[in-house]
Amino acid sequence: MSYIGESFLRLLGKEPARPTKEDIRPEAQEIHFYKKANKVITREHILKLHEVPQKKTWRNRRWLTLLAINLLFVVSYHLDIQLLEGALTASRFMGFHMADLNSSLQVMLAFKEVLINLVIGTSTVLVMWLLLGGRTFCSWVCPYHLLAEWAEKLHLKLVEKKIIKGRTFHRGTRTVLYVVFALLAFVTGYTVFETISPTGILSRALIYGPGVALVWVGLLLLFEIFVSRRAWCRYVCPIGITYGIVGLVSPLRVEYNVVNCAHEGDCRKACLVPHVLDMTIKGRARDVNVPVGADCTRCGICVDLCPTDSLKFVYKWPGK
Amino acid sequence: MTSESEKGGKRRLTPREQKQRREFLRSVVLAGGVVATSLLGFVPVVSSKQLRLRPPGALAEREFLAACIKCGQCEQVCPVEAIHLADLTDGFGVGVPFIDARAQACDFSCDGLQCVLACPTGALSHELDYPHQTRMGFARLARPKACLAVQGKGFKGLARGASFDGKLRYDEIDRWNPLYVRDHPYDLEICDLCVRQCPIQIRIGQCEAGTPPSGDENQCPPRPAIHLEAIEDGSGTVRMKPVVLDGCVGCGVCEMICPAEDGPAIVVDARKTAEEATA
Repeated sequence: MSYIGESFLRLLGKEPARPTKEDIRPEAQEIHFYKKANKVITREHILKLHEVPQKKTWRNRRWLTLLAINLLFVVSYHLDIQLLEGALTASRFMGFHMADLNSSLQVMLAFKEVLINLVIGTSTVLVMWLLLGGRTFCSWVCPYHLLAEWAEKLHLKLVEKKIIKGRTFHRGTRTVLYVVFALLAFVTGYTVFETISPTGILSRALIYGPGVALVWVGLLLLFEIFVSRRAWCRYVCPIGITYGIVGLVSPLRVEYNVVNCAHEGDCRKACLVPHVLDMTIKGRARDVNVPVGADCTRCGICVDLCPTDSLKFVYKWPGK
Repeated sequence: MTSESEKGGKRRLTPREQKQRREFLRSVVLAGGVVATSLLGFVPVVSSKQLRLRPPGALAEREFLAACIKCGQCEQVCPVEAIHLADLTDGFGVGVPFIDARAQACDFSCDGLQCVLACPTGALSHELDYPHQTRMGFARLARPKACLAVQGKGFKGLARGASFDGKLRYDEIDRWNPLYVRDHPYDLEICDLCVRQCPIQIRIGQCEAGTPPSGDENQCPPRPAIHLEAIEDGSGTVRMKPVVLDGCVGCGVCEMICPAEDGPAIVVDARKTAEEATA
């Protein structure tokens, strides 16, 4: 199956499958075989790799960007400098229209009329995220993502101490909800998803002041701490699918190189969407270099984590 | 029911299958829960008895909720900060702009309807160019007995007290910056604040004086919005009654400025039109 097709199906919820021998390119087969035959990867080897202190380069860059963008909205309004007006759902950057793709979609489906301003705003944002990776929005801009990352840390600690047992859901749930919310917008004529979107709620709370809506965001975080790791982003949020589709053909991706990988799997354990990193499992890489799929939020946690630099950001158009 | 169980021979599920089944059921519950929660947004929309006063140019309520992208750009450009975004208690109306006229009415300080220009989706209709073209609602003398003019009384002092945060544009003092109402004491023989401060009446006055706002004749309202009518009761005291006319756009300035005791004597009914009000 083509890279884009497979990437799309996994975005919708398909579980990665073990590749058959015919699927794997001879160069990659050679590497798999070499690693197996020579027992290159030993416990000592892995321990030695992990002696170096953990990098936080991309995490720091990302948190800084996320905070800067969200604070720019706040500062722009409160100091009246008109640099970035509006909220994450729709805004003007130095007077130029920007509109969140998912919010626009909800409005278009509910309202059934499209104004030129919205077309401009949506196209601008579409092109921007097409160049920058699609779900990059999630980890580099969405304020809920940052709170969820902190909730995730708590959740993992509780699981580690065996105080709670983490629950998983089927990833296809998000796809079903995507269709349901699109239909609800069209049929009811209300932007139903916007009502419970923590992205919109948090963005507005930051800019225009807090309200009762934050209780809902609090409940979501509690659910993620005590019941299911990163549940909103993994199993619910349609914004992720919308930007995921943009990311299908985006040149900004993480790419995997199998040569030096020790296959210890730390990247998959840290990843929000570990199904995109399935090629890091021993013997699964279909090629020497494998691009990571569209569901990847380009957060760079795996890039920071990888002691062999087997995961890296690249900028190349799919198929090139 | 599986076909095996129908035959009577129940096949035991493997642990993996059991796990998948549990995960599937959990997922159904999660999806159902999320959708059910989101649909709770219907409740305030259906059950609210009073419509909110919306910014100038707002489409009919249903279309307005559909078209609004909940970004608050209208709130950001309003010079008197009349526009606020609704909370989750408004259900599907969360993040949708409204005006609390008593606290801060829209006084068209901006002339050019900045909120309409700022709206990226047309939820505030771009077919509107001038204040007098808007129809946010229609004013009504709700408590005539509380009205100072009806009582034949004047008004001296601060219309809304010293701690009121509302602003209005006092053209004769500052053409560009709205000023605090609390900084402007009045001394009136008979209270006519609702007429005196009506943005439509102010524009009519400017046009009659040959100085339309921004020098633009199109800014001139074609019809008056409110005036005082004398009440003839033979008692000898001069008593007047504010009468709302079909030029009223429902901006809410009269409701905001009314100094009557225990709340305004005149209020704006959101979304009401002149035709509905006189019918």
